[in-house]
Amino acid sequence: MVSIGQGIDRVDGRLKVTGRASYAAEFKLPDAVHAVLVQSTICAGTIIGFDIDAAHAMPGVLAIITPDNAPRLPMQGGPQQMVRAPLLQDRAVHYNGQHIALVVARTFEQANAAASQVRVHYRRDEPVTSMDAVLDQAYPPKHFRNGERPPDSRRGDPDGAFDSAAAKVDATYVTPVEHHNPMEPHATIARWDGDRLTVWTATQGVSGAQQTLAALFGIAPAGVHIVCPYIGGGFGCKGNTWPPAALAAMAAKVVGKPVKLVVTRAQMFTSNGYRPRTVQKLRFAADDQGRLVSMRHDGFSQMSLPALGEFSEPVGLATEMLYACPNVAVSHRLVATNASLPTYMRAPGLASGNFALESAMDELAVALNIDPLEFRLRNYTDRDPHQNKPFASKALRECYRQGAEAFGWARRSSEPRSMRDGNVLIGWGMATSTYPTHRMPASAYVRLGADNSALVRVGTQDLGTGTYTVMSQIAADALGVPVDRIRFELGDSAFPHAPVSGGSMTVASVGPAVKAACETARAKLQSDGGDFAEATVDVKPGEEQHRYAMHGFGAQFAEVRVDADMGEIRVSRFVGAFDAGRVMNTKTARSQLIGGIVYGLGMALLEETRVDAETGRIVNANIAEYLVPVNADVPDIQTIIVPNDELVSNPLGAKGIGELPMVGVAAAVANAVYHATGVRVRKVPIRIEDVLA
Amino acid sequence: MQAFHLAQPTALLDALVVANASDTKFIAGGTDLMQLLKENVETPTQLVDLERVGLSKIGADAGGLRIEAMARMSDVAAHPDVRAHWPVIAQALEASASPQVRNMGTIGGNLLQRTRCGYFRDTGFNCNKREPGSGCPAIAGENRMLAILGGSDHCIATHASDLAVALTALDAMLELRRAGGAQREVPITEFYRLPADTPHIETVLQAGELITAVIVPASAAARNSHYLKLRDRASFEFALVSAAVALETASGAVRDIRVAAGGVGTRPWRLPEVEAALRGKQLNDDALREASSRAGEGARPATQNGFKQVLLRRAVLRALQTASA
Amino acid sequence: MSPKVTRRVVLAATAGGLMLREGIGRADDTTPARAPAPPPTLPQQAIDIELRINDTTVALRVDPRTSLLDALREQAGLTGTKKGCDRGACGACTVHIDGRRMLSCLTLAARSQGKAITTIEGLGAGDDLHPVQAAFLHHDGFQCGYCTPGQIMSAAALIKEGHAGSDAEIREWMSGNICRCGAYPNIVAAIRDAAGEG
Repeated sequence: MVSIGQGIDRVDGRLKVTGRASYAAEFKLPDAVHAVLVQSTICAGTIIGFDIDAAHAMPGVLAIITPDNAPRLPMQGGPQQMVRAPLLQDRAVHYNGQHIALVVARTFEQANAAASQVRVHYRRDEPVTSMDAVLDQAYPPKHFRNGERPPDSRRGDPDGAFDSAAAKVDATYVTPVEHHNPMEPHATIARWDGDRLTVWTATQGVSGAQQTLAALFGIAPAGVHIVCPYIGGGFGCKGNTWPPAALAAMAAKVVGKPVKLVVTRAQMFTSNGYRPRTVQKLRFAADDQGRLVSMRHDGFSQMSLPALGEFSEPVGLATEMLYACPNVAVSHRLVATNASLPTYMRAPGLASGNFALESAMDELAVALNIDPLEFRLRNYTDRDPHQNKPFASKALRECYRQGAEAFGWARRSSEPRSMRDGNVLIGWGMATSTYPTHRMPASAYVRLGADNSALVRVGTQDLGTGTYTVMSQIAADALGVPVDRIRFELGDSAFPHAPVSGGSMTVASVGPAVKAACETARAKLQSDGGDFAEATVDVKPGEEQHRYAMHGFGAQFAEVRVDADMGEIRVSRFVGAFDAGRVMNTKTARSQLIGGIVYGLGMALLEETRVDAETGRIVNANIAEYLVPVNADVPDIQTIIVPNDELVSNPLGAKGIGELPMVGVAAAVANAVYHATGVRVRKVPIRIEDVLA
Repeated sequence: MQAFHLAQPTALLDALVVANASDTKFIAGGTDLMQLLKENVETPTQLVDLERVGLSKIGADAGGLRIEAMARMSDVAAHPDVRAHWPVIAQALEASASPQVRNMGTIGGNLLQRTRCGYFRDTGFNCNKREPGSGCPAIAGENRMLAILGGSDHCIATHASDLAVALTALDAMLELRRAGGAQREVPITEFYRLPADTPHIETVLQAGELITAVIVPASAAARNSHYLKLRDRASFEFALVSAAVALETASGAVRDIRVAAGGVGTRPWRLPEVEAALRGKQLNDDALREASSRAGEGARPATQNGFKQVLLRRAVLRALQTASA
Repeated sequence: MSPKVTRRVVLAATAGGLMLREGIGRADDTTPARAPAPPPTLPQQAIDIELRINDTTVALRVDPRTSLLDALREQAGLTGTKKGCDRGACGACTVHIDGRRMLSCLTLAARSQGKAITTIEGLGAGDDLHPVQAAFLHHDGFQCGYCTPGQIMSAAALIKEGHAGSDAEIREWMSGNICRCGAYPNIVAAIRDAAGEG
């Protein structure tokens, strides 16, 4: 029986429901000691000195590492996006909450207490804490999309076409700083055996962690062993190898014992990136037939000081390719502030960019008095107008159709404030989703026994995305055996290389490697006989990457209920229909889809990191006041997987499903809020005060 | 968290004696104090554990309700007499925190929880409540959640307890006790202090003094009481604005009315202006609207929380409408 | 400090002690104050405690500051209970104490003596999954799995409390457990299912 496509239970599910799955901080090293980070309380300046004597004298304290005594790190080479600071190598303070010291003690309680007693003297500089105040000092990114393309694009004459158009929208949309807040904090246990380093760490990329730590400490990658069989969510913040992992290794070197460093929830807000605040200026126009004639999308995203690295939120990517429009211009700019380095967060660029794009599309539909879904259909494109290539496949039309039907969109009355249930205003909104299909080279090892049992190993990760399960299914089908004959292992840098688990590309990248390695081993066993056959196979994407534009698509439909007097907004119904290519496992895929939608609901109504303008310090660095959705916020969610058997994008036909469902959710909710209340809110999260008439 | 001595007395009087020392905190459910200890906001050298002293009875008779201070929030909320005769208390409790916290948190501890102001809870900020004289960056800073009533130039931190709002509406009395002193009773309306220029002093409790019980009079209004809580998140969040109302009518007229609000004041905020506008009046929607429009007289909003003034009036109106339905 | 961990099965003989203490400390108690306890000159560095975890008694030497959560994870070897926020805001550390769901991160280990503590490791019977565990597995009520033990402990308690009457009730009474992967609809389905069986 074919396993791919079946909704089997997770193969690691039993371990997870019994609490036996081991996350990074849970590996038992009997002589491990504990490290706690000390972070700055100013956001710009220089450390003049530390008073550490009192802290050092506290019970159990083994070491206090500061820039004054920290080992110098060689920092040779490393991945392009390697994070090089703050690693206690100098006394500069670039943001509030920057790591400035590390306390190591025998117990967590002792290290924690001593960390609070480290006194720091600063010389303060004038900070920049708000990007909005210095938007005029924005600059183009140097390495947009890792330098693969320029930050700006233009086709036709968007400005000329705008001026003469029948209907126009000229508006600015704002998205806030958001934090990933995976349930598992960043955690590392580091142990040195001579000059060999073993690190148990929560990472979305064991390979990247290996490369990074090797480069930072100036040792060969082979001397660094990363172990991460389970990760308690990542959402992008465990993609890079952030300083706490290296600081744990540094501390282990200093004290000569294994060190465990678990970043506190508050410290997570300045330790591993965030989705940067964006200010997006959109000028869209259409002719009187409802055809887009001009789209201009100028995106500004918040950055740290450039000394810390570079990350730009690519907000304009969908604007370039989602609709048929002859005149399009997109730009991306960065605004430096005294903040920590931003990073990828679930659907980077697309989640924030599509909030603006799909809000503006809704506004234009209103201006044209055309149904928002109909407006999108009138601008449908079967070809990527940006790259001028055919799509490998695009079942978006079917997503619109099935989603609208399931939602009952045809029964929508077009006027705002026209649907009511007593005191409650009801609004229906929709938005389009898209996310690019990525694929990277990957390798897999298979050991197939004559008894049809198989061990498969890849240095990939399972963030909760179902990697263990779907790779077992892929292997089972390739070997022609039941899934329970497969033992799939991951999360170990000693296993064959795989890319970071990000960009929704794990199945598309790792799946083909597993498939190919299984097929090779199976053929070998059939031809050679014996007790077992082994194969390690490398695969990589091919020519198809250049011939086709590759994207997943979706249609998002939201119903909100807004208390007409109180302004409380609740999402009461949600339907998402998706073309995610071929689906490996309908059960884990649905989980990804509802998970992405829930993440989007948080973006729409709840999530916002609030920064004190005076000090640049985050005021709600906790998970009580940084609001993420709780169970009561989440209504019935209907997910529809639109069939698509295309195999051009990659040998498994998987378009990626982790990020696609988040894209467009915020806009669908914002558009529904407009429909309910008549109030157009051009920022998220949408709050009570935004709709309180 | 700083090191402390953990005292675990088994009788109240022992606890009071042991607590009669400097740098001492009582610990009951621990749901707030543990957070404050972990943040080094509280740094006592001694914790006096109240777990073993009993003090967890809930009793009601015709005259009223007596809840001992160590009674758990969830037990009080589930108590049939409370639900029948003082529903606003049960509703306020069930709108508080999470089921786990309510299983741990005590009535006394709930009334003494500290503000959620982010500046207070992070020692990386200045805060007059935490370090008198260090300044209040919240007034010109992130103040969306903070108070519009009762603030001073030194502090605008919101009182966070839902229960306290309900008890303020019901004119509850607090029974206080300390070593070497007589038991005394203080109306909850006089228990909390305004911040003025001493925001670090939040209540009239003296050093080593403990809330031992809450006494709530029975009344027809209390039997017809209601709690409304507004918040961004559907559950497990502190109030943006809340309203507690208790209403008794006779022949279509308002005979007894009590209204209090949460999320808006530096202490649980009684709204006598609304009560006065309704007392004795014929109960109809116009009267409710007129009265609720007076809610929050004298409010001084900060830069981000002006909407709370509007929201307060609407919340009071909705709560009154619900209670009069 | 290397933790001293010993385990032995203890007979259920301690229930009476707590009952006796009840009532002694009532506010109207007229018992004269006993001699004051000696003033605490120094905080304790370590105290020896016994915890009854999953029907097993575990002797631990803990710092008075040690939370029950850290005692479980760092000393008792029970890492199924998770540290998500360490401030009572996420529910990942939910355990049952004397049968009720509580947060082990806001509980001092030293205050947990004499109580029956159940963690995710003690919920099922041997290799058999508890019905809630089985329902979570079947309904895919999790993704990364990190909040899952807390969700399951909370859900098992919720069903016993009688709060599984409707989806809306389940949602409200599960709102103390954050799932950042967003598995809530599946969690609700799992609880509905498990409650129906029970």
